[in-house]
Amino acid sequence: MSVPIYVPVDSAALALGADEVASAIAGEAQKRGIAIRLVRNGSRGMFWLEPLVEVETQQGRIAYGPVGPGDVKGLFDAGFESGGSHDLSLGPTEEIPYLKKQERLTFARVGIIDPLSLEDYLACAGYQGLRRAVSLSPAGIVQEITESGLRGRGGAAFPTGIKWNTVLQAEADRKYVVCNADEGDSGTFADRMLMEGDPYSLIEGMTIAALAVGATQGYIYVRSEYPHAVATLNRAISIAKDAGYLGSDILGSGKSFELEVRKAAGAYVCGEETAMLESIEGKRGIVRAKPPLPALYGLFGKPTAINNVISLATVPVIMARGAEFYRHYGMGRSRGTLPFQLAGNIKRGGLVEKAFGVTLREMLYDFGGGTASGLPVRAVQVGGPLGSYLPDSQWDVAMDYEEYSAIFAVLGHGGIVVHDETADLARLARYAMDFCAIESCGKCTPCRIGSVRGVEVMDRIIAGERNQIGLLRELCDTMLYGSMCAMGGMTPYPVLSALNHFPEDFGVAGERHA
Amino acid sequence: MKVSADRIADLAARHGEKPGALLPLLHAIQDEMGHIPPSAAGIIAKALNLSSAEVRGVISFYHHFRTEPSSSPRVEICCAESCQSMGSEALLAHARKTCEVHPVYCLGLCAVSPAMMVDGKPHARVTPEKFDSVMKKAAS
Repeated sequence: MSVPIYVPVDSAALALGADEVASAIAGEAQKRGIAIRLVRNGSRGMFWLEPLVEVETQQGRIAYGPVGPGDVKGLFDAGFESGGSHDLSLGPTEEIPYLKKQERLTFARVGIIDPLSLEDYLACAGYQGLRRAVSLSPAGIVQEITESGLRGRGGAAFPTGIKWNTVLQAEADRKYVVCNADEGDSGTFADRMLMEGDPYSLIEGMTIAALAVGATQGYIYVRSEYPHAVATLNRAISIAKDAGYLGSDILGSGKSFELEVRKAAGAYVCGEETAMLESIEGKRGIVRAKPPLPALYGLFGKPTAINNVISLATVPVIMARGAEFYRHYGMGRSRGTLPFQLAGNIKRGGLVEKAFGVTLREMLYDFGGGTASGLPVRAVQVGGPLGSYLPDSQWDVAMDYEEYSAIFAVLGHGGIVVHDETADLARLARYAMDFCAIESCGKCTPCRIGSVRGVEVMDRIIAGERNQIGLLRELCDTMLYGSMCAMGGMTPYPVLSALNHFPEDFGVAGERHA
Repeated sequence: MKVSADRIADLAARHGEKPGALLPLLHAIQDEMGHIPPSAAGIIAKALNLSSAEVRGVISFYHHFRTEPSSSPRVEICCAESCQSMGSEALLAHARKTCEVHPVYCLGLCAVSPAMMVDGKPHARVTPEKFDSVMKKAAS
């Protein structure tokens, strides 16, 4: 009997040397004549422990980490292949508090299975959702998703069921499902981890979406910065197709659905849904005016259901276990769980899937363990580059779409970027404007020109011209209310929150705004 | 030059039937040739029944596409917020002393910042010392 040994193939693990560790383990096992089966799984999302090596024992999976190639000989000396004790021992993986305290629904399989093994996927409740979906009418699927309370996890939090219903009701000879995997927000990697660690859940979710809205073609628009995710998805699609889960007669339903990966090309604004459609159509990623909604007039002018990776990958568990099961998690109108991503200057960075309602303070300290630098946390940006900077006084607000909205903040795609006390919020505000200037598609004036003027105004403020603060606020006001999409419309979130909560960095101490 | 023109025409014929073929085609050209040669726009335009201006407009819009050969190895350092919070500005300054660096905005390695890619291979928690050793390996 060969011992299964798991070494992640997730990009972040690779970036920390997982490939070198895997080949060291294979080489050492061969040298010692120990029969092992090396499995390249996704990441458990505890990145301070990566490369995290796991061994399958009679007591379950035992973890060791962070493992370097130089540790491998010692691990074998300690008999780690049968769970032997070593300095890097972390005990049973599932008992590690960081993981144990989570509520993993969307990420239930990530880090556990071999991402490309359809057998593993099926053994862990895979394709149960689709099996149930094929027995329902399209309206029945839409109703289940609506009742689950699932809202768009890309950041806009629009109810998924309502969007699907619009596409379902639209009359057309052809409809599309498009997955937005252009995860450009700094501090986010949930989409990447899921696509690399459990690609079939996304494929299954898209197939269910296609059955629900009557689409026959799907596209996954993936960032070019994610080459590993692109490769994994392409292989998974081809395996799923060979097994009859994609193609002309899905599970004998007589319905057909084809799926294709489209690689993006490094434009942040293409994460905006209409710019993404333009890009898939082969054009510059310029934002379209809405209405018409993409649900009615989307890709190639046809009704299109556009959802984020996490929204779609959550659909299978909702279909398999029912709307009631999913709704049970969360608070208020934010139902279910959100995969939060702890990033930046944080001691224990990683993926934390929790029901809505957890607080940022719990995330920062109970999970994150404070900063990596050891200095006090000063500011935390939640929701990507277009999200607000939150000061200590706001860390006890429940992480819920509406509660955050009430404090001029957003949960967005769940990214949490931590800055320690050395952070200069005026420089970060300048960066927010600069990023908008670099990435603006140029269609509307508030974003295209406003961001450039914003950088200039910030430069003057940083040089000590305090009288420019009023101008900055006016400019932000124009961008907030006059931009066509979130790119220009939300750049004021980081800028104004930095100014309001950290005025001393702008040379205006004592003028703190609410 | 003739060889690459023929090759571009081949690729255009292969990808041309896809709906929205332009981006997949540009990726195919750049993946194979390392960049998109200036002569490509005209050939693509003809094959896809677009104007040359449309093709050039698309190439110039996307940061990923380049019309000149890249430095070798290609070094991309993340300069977004998460990496900034872990010292990417100092890393960038250090790296620029010895090579050409392309700033990128997020590699999705934000829990192990600062991050970079060298010829498509990801590296995390990159200190100036680690940068030097990665570059030394890449050169050998």
